[in-house]
Amino acid sequence: MKKPVVKVDFQDESPKNGKFKSRRRFIKLGGLAFAGSSFLMYSCSEDDDFNPAGQEPDPMEPEEPEEPEEPEEPEEPAAFDLGSGNIGVFNYAYALEQLEAAFYTEVVANFYSGAMDVDGVSEEETLTDIRNHEVIHREFFKTAIQGLVDNGTITQDQMLPELTFDFSGAVDFSSRQSVLETARLLEDTGVSAYNGAGSIITTPEYLLLAGKIVSVEARHASAIADLLEPNTTAFARDGVLVALREGGDPAYDKAQMPSEILPAVVGLDIIEEEFTATELP
Amino acid sequence: MKFIKLLENLADKESLAANTSRRDAFKQFKNIGKDVALASIPFGLAATSSKTKAATAAMSSAMFQASPTDVLNFALTLEYLERNFYRMALDTDGLIPDEHRDVFAQISKHEDDHVEFLMGALGDDAIAEPTFDFTGKGLNLDTFSNYQTFLALSQGFEDTGVRAYKGQAGALMDDDNLLTYALQIHSVEARHASQVRRMRGEKGWIVQNNTTIPDAFAGIYAGEQNTEQGGVDLAGMFDDFGGNDAITAAFDEPLTMDEVNAIASNFIVMDSDGEDSED
Repeated sequence: MKKPVVKVDFQDESPKNGKFKSRRRFIKLGGLAFAGSSFLMYSCSEDDDFNPAGQEPDPMEPEEPEEPEEPEEPEEPAAFDLGSGNIGVFNYAYALEQLEAAFYTEVVANFYSGAMDVDGVSEEETLTDIRNHEVIHREFFKTAIQGLVDNGTITQDQMLPELTFDFSGAVDFSSRQSVLETARLLEDTGVSAYNGAGSIITTPEYLLLAGKIVSVEARHASAIADLLEPNTTAFARDGVLVALREGGDPAYDKAQMPSEILPAVVGLDIIEEEFTATELP
Repeated sequence: MKFIKLLENLADKESLAANTSRRDAFKQFKNIGKDVALASIPFGLAATSSKTKAATAAMSSAMFQASPTDVLNFALTLEYLERNFYRMALDTDGLIPDEHRDVFAQISKHEDDHVEFLMGALGDDAIAEPTFDFTGKGLNLDTFSNYQTFLALSQGFEDTGVRAYKGQAGALMDDDNLLTYALQIHSVEARHASQVRRMRGEKGWIVQNNTTIPDAFAGIYAGEQNTEQGGVDLAGMFDDFGGNDAITAAFDEPLTMDEVNAIASNFIVMDSDGEDSED
């Protein structure tokens, strides 16, 4: 595995300062080093082919449970780690889909006033459709990961638990603008996250599944942006795309790695639980 | 700093309906005997079952048939088609209404760059641009004189592009860079498709295999009604969340190279090697 193809700053549309959050996350990862030196090596290595044991890690092989050393503050439980390889990507996707589904569930349950129907399609119907898709994605990943637990591929404690969310500081659900801007950020982030995760996935079947979902997230991102700025370039705007060649136009979605996505998502201060991704690039 | 409330918070806070769906899903997993589950559910692939490994190998070899060069030239053909299509439309006075010009100028700019990018990636291996006929050859479509026809074809090309890139992702797995570039194009095509669909009064996503474009192109949506994902049939599990229509919309389906070529051949009169394209 290599560095992300496109290094882009997440800050352009993020409401908070991504750099500060990145730094905070790095400090947090450093603090977890006591849990096992291999974790520290993974988290510091930009080249995740690097393998201190000299063996090809099998991402589907159940991890040997690390025996944590005595923590300095014994009352602190360790944060859940998403894991590596396919399992890590599943947990990662499950986390993002939980966030999206929870957000749209709130939106639909208490739909804002002032909706503007564009091109004859009701805005409420559009957001309800998206809510449905995200709930289906969330339940799909939950079922899929639970299936891996049930057949012994991973243990129950390697499956990301259900997360809880507090949107109160981040979203005003009575405000069309606040809801749609949050939706746009979540969808654009989802697209970039799935695009980045593609190269972490090691089996064609799982890659295809990610591909089936990411294009739907992109359809959402496009629709939400167009609700905010109808019939402009917003649906695939220069500001959210990147160029891939010198002198070229921004004509490509971002592809960011979990190490870039997660600090930005955590920075929204919506997810109540902390989790880490020390074994994902 | 907050700390994770690990498994203590497993109590479901979602609606009862969500719980029911989930229980149904689990029941389905349990109802399938374990051996069958391992053979048919990709999520069981890691288990040490020789049957499963054989199935995986067969599936993988099928997906690896095309070389990366073949895949990139396949993509380049589609991008040539789209570039040509939008350039001609933007150059046709009175076709695109003013309020939609920004949208199509943006899409056209992207297709131009995709062509340049793929040509650069292929170098000497890049195929030359074929000759296109957007009347659909014998179909006599009024593509550049009737805006609705143009819109319908635009939607068809964008949705085909999404399905085409998706179908080739597996063939690029050995090259992380190429795979990621392809994914970065794939999702932009999906942004285009959603926008054009919505400008036609459609939803941005594909529901079942519904099509509102000329009958000759039903193949563009063939198979989109699939409800089976990861070896599990999700049909009937989300009745409170849009039902099977929502399931089919929540997952876009791939097309094979042959299926895409069959669609594109309606618009190619002369291949890049100078031979007449098959009808």
